[in-house]
Amino acid sequence: MGMTEFGELWDKGLKDLAWEAGVKAVEAAGIGGKDIEYIVFGNMSGGLFVGQEHVAALVADFMGLNSTPATRVEAACASGGAAFLQAYMAAASGMYDIVVAGGVEKMTDVGAGQAAAILSGAMDYEWEAYFGATFPAVYALMARRYMHEYGLKADTLAKVAVKNHYHGSLNPLAHFRNRITEDEALSSPMVADPLRRYDCCPVSDGAACVILAPLDVARKYTDTPIVIRAVAQASDTLSLLGREDLCTLRATVKAAGRAFDEAKLDRKDIDVVEVHDCFTIAELLALEDLGFCKKGEAAGLYGDNQTYVGGELPVNTDGGLKAGGHAVGATGIKQIVEVTKQLRGEAKNGRQVEGAEIGLAHNVGGTGATAVVAILSRR
Amino acid sequence: MSNSGIPQHWRTMRERYRLLGARCEKCNTNYFPPRNVCPKCRRRGRTTQVEFSGRGKIFSYTVINASSRAFERYMPYIVGLVQLDEGPRVLSQIVDCKPDDLRIGMEVEACFRKIFEQEDGGIISYGFKFRPYDNSWAEDFDGEL
Amino acid sequence: MLQELKANGIGIVGYGVYIPRWRIKIEEIAKVWGHDADSYRKGLGVEEKAVPSMDEDTTTIAVESARNALKRAREVKPDEMGAIYVGSESHPYAVKPTAATVAEAIGLTPNITAADTEFACKAATAAMQACMGLVKGGYMKYGISIGADTAQSAPGDVLEYTAASGGAAYVIGGGDGVIAEIEGTHSYTQDVPDFWRRDGTRYPTHAGRFTGEPAYFEHVINCSRALFEKLGTTAKDYDYAVFHQPNAKFPIRAAKLLGFEEKKVLPGMIVSKVGNTYSGSSLLGLAAILDRAKEGERILMTSYGSGAGSDSFSLRLTDRVEGKRRLSPPVKYYMERREYIDYSMYARFERLLGVTGHV
Repeated sequence: MGMTEFGELWDKGLKDLAWEAGVKAVEAAGIGGKDIEYIVFGNMSGGLFVGQEHVAALVADFMGLNSTPATRVEAACASGGAAFLQAYMAAASGMYDIVVAGGVEKMTDVGAGQAAAILSGAMDYEWEAYFGATFPAVYALMARRYMHEYGLKADTLAKVAVKNHYHGSLNPLAHFRNRITEDEALSSPMVADPLRRYDCCPVSDGAACVILAPLDVARKYTDTPIVIRAVAQASDTLSLLGREDLCTLRATVKAAGRAFDEAKLDRKDIDVVEVHDCFTIAELLALEDLGFCKKGEAAGLYGDNQTYVGGELPVNTDGGLKAGGHAVGATGIKQIVEVTKQLRGEAKNGRQVEGAEIGLAHNVGGTGATAVVAILSRR
Repeated sequence: MSNSGIPQHWRTMRERYRLLGARCEKCNTNYFPPRNVCPKCRRRGRTTQVEFSGRGKIFSYTVINASSRAFERYMPYIVGLVQLDEGPRVLSQIVDCKPDDLRIGMEVEACFRKIFEQEDGGIISYGFKFRPYDNSWAEDFDGEL
Repeated sequence: MLQELKANGIGIVGYGVYIPRWRIKIEEIAKVWGHDADSYRKGLGVEEKAVPSMDEDTTTIAVESARNALKRAREVKPDEMGAIYVGSESHPYAVKPTAATVAEAIGLTPNITAADTEFACKAATAAMQACMGLVKGGYMKYGISIGADTAQSAPGDVLEYTAASGGAAYVIGGGDGVIAEIEGTHSYTQDVPDFWRRDGTRYPTHAGRFTGEPAYFEHVINCSRALFEKLGTTAKDYDYAVFHQPNAKFPIRAAKLLGFEEKKVLPGMIVSKVGNTYSGSSLLGLAAILDRAKEGERILMTSYGSGAGSDSFSLRLTDRVEGKRRLSPPVKYYMERREYIDYSMYARFERLLGVTGHV
């Protein structure tokens, strides 16, 4: 596996990013390019960000693998996770042995306003974005409702941001490596009430890549193959309009249920979690919808340092989306990369979760229309 | 705005002007926006057009301080989820209301406003927004200035 | 040349109004330009004017007015409305009919005739006459005419104190639901260059004091008198008089010249608190009367449009007005529902400083 730094990477274009992540992955896996049989790449909107469709073919070509079949997968911000599932199915079906699952997004070639407009395609364009809703706004609607139903206070949201920035400060590949205080978070400018600037993840460039293979094939290349215990995906309504409960991402609940069933594991078995914290509220909802606590009670996990490295349930040890960065199509794979690092004991700078055996990655598209949950283990 | 082609804008115009939705005749569920297929009944159901009254309550709201380019000149503006009396929820701007006065559960009614104007002499898009419901004039009708 | 349009049994079956909520006081405007607010207030008789929200325009005001009118004209089925006209001097598009958008928004499409009319502030009253003709001629059961404006004025010009926004809609037809019968109408038109705006220029030009005698009064007085003659009435036969209200002085003077006591014209005066709503002006004044007049009372309404012309109507209230007026908000509601803004917000709403970035 391999990934690039996430951030505003002016001098790297889309194919540069994908290539860098790909080369790192291939070298780390000790395979040759000719061994790769299928490439699946997640990318939300190459067309609107850089005028480039046919992204997987471009990636294959630039990596010098221009006869290897390559397909792009799109599920908005869950493109990476969805690509992971597709790659998993390709390898598990027996059709291919070595499969690349990657993700890439190049978001900073357009201005911030343009990027926001492109991202609003993850919502319902006709009935949400059309009326002036922005992406932070729809999550803000969820946050406001959650505050109304469960009494959430703004300082809990700030705690999430502080934690993710702390973890990000320990991650050389994170977009933001500065630590912040709760006060800074609570006094940052309002973006969409009640979400402030520090409640929102950035727009990032980045790419990440993992190599999958059936276990027996994988063991030929490495002594520490990370076992994919389950990958599950589910859907929900595209827009908030049709959601019964604004505070639950049913796709997450369903995907998590299937994943834990397939893996035959319980929540308490999980040692490290990467969740989709596109906004601080999303991290709280994720922990509830994944089943780590009851609906409405996630705030309780942030009173002490339970969700920090060293705590009972470390969440987003690489800084998550908030500090780690959110290169939309790459994020789902980036999460797999971080969980893999943790399970192999390769996380540095004090970010390592001691004795991590089993990890979970959770990737969401839009406001929850798609969710992918992957459970990985050391054995 | 991306994708703001004229035909697309025109196709949703009537629903946007008059809050037209759909009702499934089999299970009597109301939907907005209109659906070709009732998600509950699918092929066993049959959807017909229905015009909603415009009355509803605020289910959630947010004040937007950072908008996309097309809405820059309207900032800050309020976006809310309105639960229509007939059942479905609608995402829309809330107008004629100060942010501090917003309450979940507040009664609102639909009104007709500009949604956006395309730059460079492009079209004006109109549609529904919601304002606080005020029936005070009806209780004791007084027309004398 | 006198034109006659005597219509029996035909009148107003529903009316509706809309005024935006924002107001700016003349003191605010005077402050910016270094004018003496007091002298403008006294000279014009106007204290404040209505300003549209940034997402309001003539079309949105017309739709709100029309929806309110349809609530009162409750017996009218959509397919019985055969005509829709929107009269304005601030149509949002130079070419693309406001009337079509309004018709779509109030569910009257597709079997309906529609057009936008223009004649300065009397665009909608001329269209009312068209509706009368179409109904009386048996071509349709009902027609609707809407007058709405978001009037533009050059910053620093005296018109800035009065150019305001608002609208009113009238459903014309016959039958049991008529609340005010139109006993007669007369119009008086001449070419008089008192106020105009050339295509492509942003703000109108006016001819100062010339807009008085040779323009407003020439037409309002002569038109009203001609109607009196046609019907054999005098001011004494009327309980109310409503005139176009470019300021508070002109209509009071017109009333006097025609022999009306001030108490007959005051109930329809909205200009001092709302400003001049242009195509909505006399129609809003009429609505204010319909909000309180009694069965059997008689109203004279004379509009005025620069350029120039007047349309006069003699109206008689029926017993239906009491039941119908309660069905949508009175003018008073919209007048009392207000919030004050300063000149900086006014400049933003009226787009005086151009546009930011995109729009």
